[in-house]
Amino acid sequence: MSKPVVATTSLAGCFGCHMSFLDIDDRILELIELVEFNKSPINDIKKFTKKCDIGLIEGGCCNSENVHVLKDFREHCKILVSLGECAIMGGLPAMRNGIPISECLAEAYLNGPTVSMNEERILPNDPELPILTDKVYPCHEVVKIDYFLPGCPPSADLIWLTLVALITGDELQLPYEVVKFD
Amino acid sequence: MKTAVRKITERYGKDKTRLMDILIDTQTELGCIPREATLQIAEDLVMSEVDVDQTISFYHFFSQKPTGRYKIYLNNSVVANIMGMKEVVRTFQKELGIKFNEVTPDGLAGLYETSCIGMNDQEPAAIINNRIFTRLTPFRVKEMVRDMKEGKDIDDMFVADYGDGQNRSDLIKSVVSNNIRKIGPVLERNYKPGQAIEKIINMDPGDIIEEIKKSNIRGRGGAGFPTGLKWEFCRNAPGEKKYILCNADEGEPGTFKDRVILTELARLLFEGMVIAGYAVGATEGILYIRYEYKYLQQYLESILQTARETNYLGKNIQGRKGFDFDIRIQSGAGAYVCGEESALIESAEGKRGEPRDRPPFPVEKGYLDMPTVVNNVETLCAVVKVILNGGDWYKSFGTVESTGTKVLSISGDCKFPGVYEVEWGFSVNDILDMVGAAKEDVQAVQVGGPSGALISPDEFNRILGYEDLATGGSLIILSNERDILTDVVLNFTEFFIEESCGSCSTCRIVPTLLRNKLMKILNARGVKQDIDDMLEWGKILRASRCGLGQTAANPILSSLKNFRHLYEDKIQKNKEFDSGFDLNAALKEASKATGRVTII
Amino acid sequence: MSQFVRFTIDGTECMAARGQYIVDAARENGIYIPTLCNYPGVKPKGSCRICTVRVNGRLMTACTTPIADGMAIENEIHDIVELRKSIVELLFVEGNHFCPGCEKSGNCELQALAYRFKIMVPRFPFQFPLRKIDASHPKIIKEQNRCILCKRCIRAIRDEKGRSIFAYRRRSNRVEVVVDPKLGKQLTDELAQKAMDVCPVGSILVKEKGFITPIGSRKYDHEAIGSDIENVQITKI
Repeated sequence: MSKPVVATTSLAGCFGCHMSFLDIDDRILELIELVEFNKSPINDIKKFTKKCDIGLIEGGCCNSENVHVLKDFREHCKILVSLGECAIMGGLPAMRNGIPISECLAEAYLNGPTVSMNEERILPNDPELPILTDKVYPCHEVVKIDYFLPGCPPSADLIWLTLVALITGDELQLPYEVVKFD
Repeated sequence: MKTAVRKITERYGKDKTRLMDILIDTQTELGCIPREATLQIAEDLVMSEVDVDQTISFYHFFSQKPTGRYKIYLNNSVVANIMGMKEVVRTFQKELGIKFNEVTPDGLAGLYETSCIGMNDQEPAAIINNRIFTRLTPFRVKEMVRDMKEGKDIDDMFVADYGDGQNRSDLIKSVVSNNIRKIGPVLERNYKPGQAIEKIINMDPGDIIEEIKKSNIRGRGGAGFPTGLKWEFCRNAPGEKKYILCNADEGEPGTFKDRVILTELARLLFEGMVIAGYAVGATEGILYIRYEYKYLQQYLESILQTARETNYLGKNIQGRKGFDFDIRIQSGAGAYVCGEESALIESAEGKRGEPRDRPPFPVEKGYLDMPTVVNNVETLCAVVKVILNGGDWYKSFGTVESTGTKVLSISGDCKFPGVYEVEWGFSVNDILDMVGAAKEDVQAVQVGGPSGALISPDEFNRILGYEDLATGGSLIILSNERDILTDVVLNFTEFFIEESCGSCSTCRIVPTLLRNKLMKILNARGVKQDIDDMLEWGKILRASRCGLGQTAANPILSSLKNFRHLYEDKIQKNKEFDSGFDLNAALKEASKATGRVTII
Repeated sequence: MSQFVRFTIDGTECMAARGQYIVDAARENGIYIPTLCNYPGVKPKGSCRICTVRVNGRLMTACTTPIADGMAIENEIHDIVELRKSIVELLFVEGNHFCPGCEKSGNCELQALAYRFKIMVPRFPFQFPLRKIDASHPKIIKEQNRCILCKRCIRAIRDEKGRSIFAYRRRSNRVEVVVDPKLGKQLTDELAQKAMDVCPVGSILVKEKGFITPIGSRKYDHEAIGSDIENVQITKI
């Protein structure tokens, strides 16, 4: 029987959740025995090459590219997991929610105290750049998400225990101290 | 300004519990309640600024900024819209060049929305500087705006004749019509003021309560608590002083019967309060009247004055030694929730109209923490008739479980909207016949306002009564033309959002979420899960403190029960999940800001 | 009348001193009823509704309802627990609760309740309201994003004349707890600290004081809220 396939991505996140994933330490050797990785920054596979069983999503959606990637994950993965506070509720990037985007852009590129080199007063508009969404969206407010692992980042134990449960189909028993929002 | 405000606080003895009156007088004097006035009031009453501010900011009709010389409030209720309010709104906005919550740059007029103002039988209606204008048309609006621009006095802006009955009296002078279409024991014309008081002064208070209990009359506000029992509890509760509060805060959209009773039968109501006072041993009564009926206040004061002069109020009433009772009028300032009895008490004490936790009940600890009876206007009127004619007589009307009559406020799609007094036990079908509704064209009837039930034709044989359709008396008839979800359910849900006091987490948050779900369905993005969610989320509201919160999901739950097909027609059949996310819409703002074309 | 009342909670026979609220009577019997807006020594208000129990078939708040003889109280019943869980979730979506950036994280009662109820994500959509931070007072910051409008500060903190320092403003979903512009500036260190302690979440913060307790030593890092009540051995009389 072929091994379950896992994909991961970081949308509007800081890669902290991925770092926490790596914090499973030597259990990663065990994990490699259990699963095969497809699209993921961990192995640098940039495009899906097959259908996956589990997709781990770090970060919320703050621009058009995030939305496309997330939808791509939904299409390719049987199970999607929101990994961390940003994926679950927008997180730090969502602090801009509620503030009109033109104000955010003006602060960042025109009027902010650190703006020094924008004499032509241009807001970034290169067609290659993703377009910002009006607010940062939690992933499950864009596509269907099956499981949620809170934390900033979710602890390595939480990620490990969840993955093992998803792979083996065993019931997930989480000790009190494993689930934290910070 | 300081001296003006000082005068007002002194008028009320710098009494914190009279803060509502102080604020109303301040606004009348200054046009609004500016911060300087708030600070002065706070200083005089030894309160902090936020203490005063929490009351001001609670009530819809208090303004902290100038609102224009003409302050125009337009009713956004379901029936107002049915009767053509949208055109009226558009005309006001066009003629004045402002939107809602704006004031014209020259300070001439301000335009505001408000919940049902109790004129459903003559919408579209407006309140302008506390005067009522009814049956507005775009043409009439243009005339009115012209008058405003000419600086006409508000009382000179009426063109049509005044309404009927006391609406014509010098102290009211209003274009409001009574629209009394059917009278019964409460509304009958042969009432002679004072007779019941003359009768009770020779009775034992306990016997009065027994008679009321015998009549089986229950509270007419909607909750239906047995009146005699309420009085008995209050009578037996320990307290130095007891109070009778009359709830004339009828704010349930679609209800306007109390307006008519207050206009035509104020003496009857006050007599009922006196009887209640005598029965429970209270010496003070308060008529808590909604701000929308401010135009009646001067007239009501004069009625009270006459009663005082003839010793039907005051000390040793009608020679009965030690029987003292007087009534004051307490105006609200725009808050539906104050119709809930404990919120009404809070408001009468000068505070935010937030319902109290029960127990203790008002009969034990009510106004100023003293035993208090809060009765509906209609209940107190009916009580007089019970005293005059006996409990058995009263029981001869209505059904076994619901004795007596009910004064109904009927509006919407029918020929004769107005006030009807009928015996309990009338079926909805009977009522539709009575009011001239084209039955084959009636899609639904909203019984009991937004917190009540939306029923469909297959339930029109149901009867009005505590045993079946319990109601405070409002019926809104909706023809096939009406879009139930948009015109009714959405409107009512928004009403509940606006009127929540904000204290309970449930009622403060859930109605907004339900409204958003409903919008999702209306925007064709709904799936079956959304319907299931609404049913589940609606249940959470049952944990709210008061009736408003507990019923805030009723427009949605009731329409889901009886008109589920309307929802099902709008949801996507082939999809199990739709987040409602719209990428185009989400990118619009940034595309515009950066001058980019959104290509997805 | 006896000094004690007898009642049941989820079928368990209980006894407690008369004249107290259900929530305290339950505590006396080693039974935890979750609360949030309730605070020892402060008049209860029943505004968060989390302590909702069913008493003889009716939903009531345990923090405001006096215990009475013969009450059959339902507490850990599926639909009641589900209701409480919903309310915690409602409070999470109503404001902007970004736990990782909050000084009160680990000591926050809202978060602790979410842990207790094993909430991974609220079932409701996040509202992302635009709220302001009031940092205009010398001693405290009022962080409106995190305020759950429980009124604890309103009820617990007053000046010597009995005037409110914190109060509600507006109504409906626009309601907020604001600080009196003048009295807020006169807050003593003692009252400022009390206000922060009274706040169940991180909405009232004493300035220049945050993240004092390291992760791992905070109140709810190892033990669920309420376990202190449940772990007490009750000697039955």
